[in-house]
Amino acid sequence: MAQPKTNGGKRRLRMLWLQSGGCGGCTLSLLGAEGPDLLTAFEAANIEVLWHPSLSELSGRGVIELLERIAAGEEPLDILCLEGAVMRGPNGSGRFHMMSGSDRPVMAWLKDLAQQADYVVAVGSCAAFGGITAAGLNEVEACGLAYDGTEAGGLLGADFRSRAGLPVVNISGCPIHPDWLTEALHQIAAGSFTAQHLDEWERPLAYTVHLVHHGCARNEFYEFKASAEKLCDLGCMMENLGCKGTQARADCNIRPWNGSGSCIDGGYPCINCTAPVFEEPGHTFTETPKVSGIPIGLPTDMPKAWFVALASLSKAATPARLKKNAVEDHLVLPPVDRRKQTS
Amino acid sequence: MSRLIVGPFNRVEGDLEVKLDIDGDAVREARVVSPLYRGFEQILRGKPPADALVYAPRICGICSVSQSVAAAYALAETQGVVMPPNGRLAVNLIHAAENVADHLTHFYLFFMPDFAREAYAGEPWYAEAADRFRAVKGTAAQDVLPARAQFMHVMGLLAGKWPHTLGIQPGGSTRAVSANELARLAAVLAAFRRYLERHLYGDALERIAALASAAELAAWAEERPAVSSDFRHFLMISEALELERLGRAGDRFMSYGAYGAGEAALFRRGVFTRGEEVAGLDTALIREDLSHAWYREADGPQAPFEGETRPDGEQSDGYTWCKAPRLDGKVIETGALARQAVAGHPLIRDLVAAGGGNVHSRVVARLLEIALVVMAMERWVEEVRPGERFIDHALTPQAAQGVGLTEAARGSLGHWLKVEKGVIANYQIIAPTTWNFSPRDAAGTPGALEQALVGAPLRPGETEPVAVQHVVRSFDPCLVCTVH
Repeated sequence: MAQPKTNGGKRRLRMLWLQSGGCGGCTLSLLGAEGPDLLTAFEAANIEVLWHPSLSELSGRGVIELLERIAAGEEPLDILCLEGAVMRGPNGSGRFHMMSGSDRPVMAWLKDLAQQADYVVAVGSCAAFGGITAAGLNEVEACGLAYDGTEAGGLLGADFRSRAGLPVVNISGCPIHPDWLTEALHQIAAGSFTAQHLDEWERPLAYTVHLVHHGCARNEFYEFKASAEKLCDLGCMMENLGCKGTQARADCNIRPWNGSGSCIDGGYPCINCTAPVFEEPGHTFTETPKVSGIPIGLPTDMPKAWFVALASLSKAATPARLKKNAVEDHLVLPPVDRRKQTS
Repeated sequence: MSRLIVGPFNRVEGDLEVKLDIDGDAVREARVVSPLYRGFEQILRGKPPADALVYAPRICGICSVSQSVAAAYALAETQGVVMPPNGRLAVNLIHAAENVADHLTHFYLFFMPDFAREAYAGEPWYAEAADRFRAVKGTAAQDVLPARAQFMHVMGLLAGKWPHTLGIQPGGSTRAVSANELARLAAVLAAFRRYLERHLYGDALERIAALASAAELAAWAEERPAVSSDFRHFLMISEALELERLGRAGDRFMSYGAYGAGEAALFRRGVFTRGEEVAGLDTALIREDLSHAWYREADGPQAPFEGETRPDGEQSDGYTWCKAPRLDGKVIETGALARQAVAGHPLIRDLVAAGGGNVHSRVVARLLEIALVVMAMERWVEEVRPGERFIDHALTPQAAQGVGLTEAARGSLGHWLKVEKGVIANYQIIAPTTWNFSPRDAAGTPGALEQALVGAPLRPGETEPVAVQHVVRSFDPCLVCTVH
């Protein structure tokens, strides 16, 4: 058995990363980690990357031998990360994704490796729930490690607990924000990550305790129901453009993406990508489905009648400034301090 | 003769296996296997056309914006909408940011770490190369990640986030930027230019862009010590290993043209074959051959508008999920080298005249293109007119069809969209690596990489030949796009 490496006397945690039915976008998002960069973040968390498909030198036979040693319990594995959905098709065979160089479905490798890992982390909504790969008729039988959409189970089963006693940790998102993962990994490596830190879908509460609505720069438009009518308008996108920010669980408008952005800041609606089955909303993503003019899918924990009453009240009180700006692509009427006399 | 199976083939985007028949000390035949099938073309069927802008980018995390652009162009053709100037510039900037970041990722994280392999431990240049380019631990990886992450602030400003923006639409971009945000964009580009000039080139971008021949490139490299910049470092290793003699395919290059349409495009559209003028590209001559892929066979090769994707792992001659696209029946190489050969850059034309497409010329073309595109990005930021519109809106008809052609970092990407009764009736995608890593066609002609691997040398005792690693990665493959 290889001796674990140490860092200042502390044993380094060994992380193995596999990819299956996904796009690799969570890794690419992760490469954008800042303050600090990804490699420094791993170093700081005391994590040794045993193998990652995009980062590691090791290739081919050496990788298969590493997987074999881990699966046989000959080499310890602290953290197993999967990016991408589990590919069970066709007909449960897993042949839609065979592990290169091994003649075995990736699905079979995942089952073996998960039994040996102290922690199992699903990176992205595909690995957590099936995600985009499970869209449409899902002929490829894509699922998550512990969920098939909203249904508990997935590849490993509803009762699965990794060696440390935790269920699969689901860092959902399409893609993930780099910090969602690096912070969770840091806590895991420090031994301080427990079931208390997980929400009802086993996502870290650290980011799902928030709604995308929190910190949304369009909040004033929301308050007065000053709605955008088309993409690129500045107004609230909930009424017409399918925005799910008031229901979606993530801190996207508190924690900036790529320096300063978020979907809503980018001028397009939140599609609730951290939630199971976000890939099949049942309507065009950028259109709000309505029943007799009232959007369905209002904020989840608010009585509907009250919402409608408040909305009509605030709509009647909308300042002209917001009404105008809501349907412009740049600010036309700025706020004005009335104490300043204009000629 | 013996057979080698090389996989999992990492430091490429997605999953790859290569089967090699070895004769003595060289590869005699290669078969390229794309082992993952997800079925995006099936997912898209029956969806509202606008939803293609949510699904298609998620084909690929590294070519996400290119997928958006191709989908938006295909939808634009059905709508007859044209982007206003600001929208055009914003989409160019977003697309350029992805392509440049991809070139950087490829060079530093995917390609160069192979020179730190033990196989080269006896080479005089090894110690410095390993110190600089070793995977994860090399100084280059530590330098490039923060620079790349800061460069991606272009995405935060213009596209909301990367990957998987919904900001690119048929009629333009959803994010109107203000004058102060343009100032920030300019500053982000200035910081990135500083990184490139200090670390990658050790010289001004303008100097790199103006290199006009292989002789000028060699003379430029001699001006300073090889290890003074990463480009010079590569050129030194490339010369020592004779990479210009490695990995040649059929030398028929295609580009759909990039950053703008028609005459206004920064890089033009066309087909280039050595010793000939650039020919126009007739996309009606594109067919996908299914003879050696795991799909239910059609009656001969399919035109993309009529294409079908019915997976069948039992197909007896199949060995990959990748279809085999051909242009007028011929194998095509696509990528930065093809793009610059078609565009007519003198350095690339000279390299192609001397040795065709090979490991050396493919890498040089990518590094040259970083300079060309970043300079263009600086101009585009200046051309944006705050206050003017970034998007025009139009509707997709109930029945229509459209093609979206663009260039990802790694080559030509096309979407063929058919709308019937207001929903997507067919959606076919041919990605860059579908061209480059295609299997054999019905005539038995191998794809571009399969050709490029023939003759690759084996060092004594090698089971995973390092030369094969260089050839494969020289194409900057993206396997998740390839099959989709």
